[in-house]
Amino acid sequence: MNHDRYGDDYISGILSGVRTIAIVGASPREVRPSFFVTKYLAEKGFKCFPVNPGHAGREIAGCATFARLSDIPEPVDMVDIFRASSAAGGIVDEALALTPLPKVIWMQLGVRNDEAAARAEAAGLKVVMDRCPKIEYGRLSGEIGWQGVNSRTIDARRPSLSGRGIQRLSLRTGRGGPSA
Amino acid sequence: MSNEKTPGFNTLSIHAGARPDPATGARATPIYQTTSFVFEDVDHAASLFGLQAFGNIYTRIGNPTCAVLEERVAALEGGTAALAVASGHAAQLIVMHTLLEPGDEFVAAGQLYGGSINQFNHAFKKFGWNVVWADATDPSSFEKALSPETKAIFIESIANPGGIVTDIAAVSAIAKKAKVPLIVDNTLATPYLCRPIEHGADIVVHSLTKFLGGHGNSIGGLIVDGGSFDWSQDDRYPSLSAPCPSYQGMVLHETFGNFAFAIACRVLGLRDLGPALSPFNAFLILTGTETLSLRMQRHSDNAKAVAEHLSRHEKVEWVNYAGLPGDSSHGLAQRYTPKGAGAVFTFGVKGGYDAGVKLVSSLTMFSHLANIGDTRSLVIHPASTTHRQLTDEQKTAAGAGPEVVRLSVGIEDLDDIIADLDQALAQI
Repeated sequence: MNHDRYGDDYISGILSGVRTIAIVGASPREVRPSFFVTKYLAEKGFKCFPVNPGHAGREIAGCATFARLSDIPEPVDMVDIFRASSAAGGIVDEALALTPLPKVIWMQLGVRNDEAAARAEAAGLKVVMDRCPKIEYGRLSGEIGWQGVNSRTIDARRPSLSGRGIQRLSLRTGRGGPSA
Repeated sequence: MSNEKTPGFNTLSIHAGARPDPATGARATPIYQTTSFVFEDVDHAASLFGLQAFGNIYTRIGNPTCAVLEERVAALEGGTAALAVASGHAAQLIVMHTLLEPGDEFVAAGQLYGGSINQFNHAFKKFGWNVVWADATDPSSFEKALSPETKAIFIESIANPGGIVTDIAAVSAIAKKAKVPLIVDNTLATPYLCRPIEHGADIVVHSLTKFLGGHGNSIGGLIVDGGSFDWSQDDRYPSLSAPCPSYQGMVLHETFGNFAFAIACRVLGLRDLGPALSPFNAFLILTGTETLSLRMQRHSDNAKAVAEHLSRHEKVEWVNYAGLPGDSSHGLAQRYTPKGAGAVFTFGVKGGYDAGVKLVSSLTMFSHLANIGDTRSLVIHPASTTHRQLTDEQKTAAGAGPEVVRLSVGIEDLDDIIADLDQALAQI
């Protein structure tokens, strides 16, 4: 598939369909983008498993951290990669060795490895590259508009409050649609 | 609607940024007239202050009504994000505060709006930001004005009041070569007539007070992030590329990617300098944006007809309107503003300064005031008002010599606009 541009339906389908996310390269430093994403996704109700060999056994954003993907004690729906593009191939191969297989490989903003993406797609996984799941969730839920960001969507349906505290929207819409 | 196909301009003018209110279902954008927003708990507060969660804290930094306006104009300009502020001048202040350090320079067109010339020449000097002037009609003059200290180039798409259309793509090529962002003030054109980002602008600024609001009732300004400038290609823009001391060492460009400039303007410039837009003003301006295409086309059509009429009038020495064939900017106007050259232009009355004053005081339907971009027709004699602080040379350079009268043609009936001008010209 074309990885230069993704439709909103493709992205929202992925974010609505996964529950457990491994975040490879998550940092314990609170100002790092990988920490932001881990904390945000955990607050949205995803079960997050940071993967960071130097921090294994401790917590990142309240989530138990593991040294490698194969150490995670339950099936992972999505592997989110916070590593250089050149390192993404090895991580994808580790992900493809998991049983059961993940459903999605996600590479962060600035991370793209087309060969690894092709291997994952050949194994039946969906792939997203050079995107951030926090930005995409914020964009499709409407939250990112509070920061004046162009969500590139228009929608006359009422956004849904997530039910998890205040100022939190979900991917559901007022007329049904995908649920997260 | 998904993003498979980008909606058209009229659709974006009405819908972009404005979904029904999530709590009440209100269809029009509510006026969130509140200073502050409660936190769910201490952790939620920490997430918001640390920029880890999207949300509202305090209206000086962001407000849901203002945010709809921000997303609306970002969408109309084709930018990644925007920041609404208290005025067009505040927008310029925050842009430069984000880009420049004391001792830095920026190159600007000498034909800018007189208020901008003042702000750049005087107020910005106190920050140690030094303007170097170039000629909007000669792109190569921008290249000649560059120095190792240059951090930005600033132009107007259509210059106020001279009506010069700037060759945005040519100046953008110079900016790209110098690795500095091009800032375009798109107030007179609005994104309906011209979208500078499509021609290579990196940042667009607006006085919302003018055609975007369009009804002469609210002061406001706005910054659009074009999203394509690489702030980390060198160390010249530390507000974006270096660890930020007031956010525990966060690097804004790395964290916010292609909308980092708009975020930096908000969380550093607006947070610390403070010129926030009132949510009520944002609501009024938003209502204006919904009819932008209809108004701008009518403004431009009326202005063209008035300019043609004046160009044939015996008491008029000259008319500067880029929409007229033969005008020095006509070729550029056909390229950059093909739907019309806007509503603001100048003409020279025979008889100089005194004739200009007499004309302005004889008009009865035109309002004599300093604004432009109202539904109503407006007139001013710049030499005696907006440009009075400038030297004679600066006045002439800015297109505001003694005989110059500026019109902002409204959307009244054309016959009534022309009749008022004719009766006033007859009294000179």
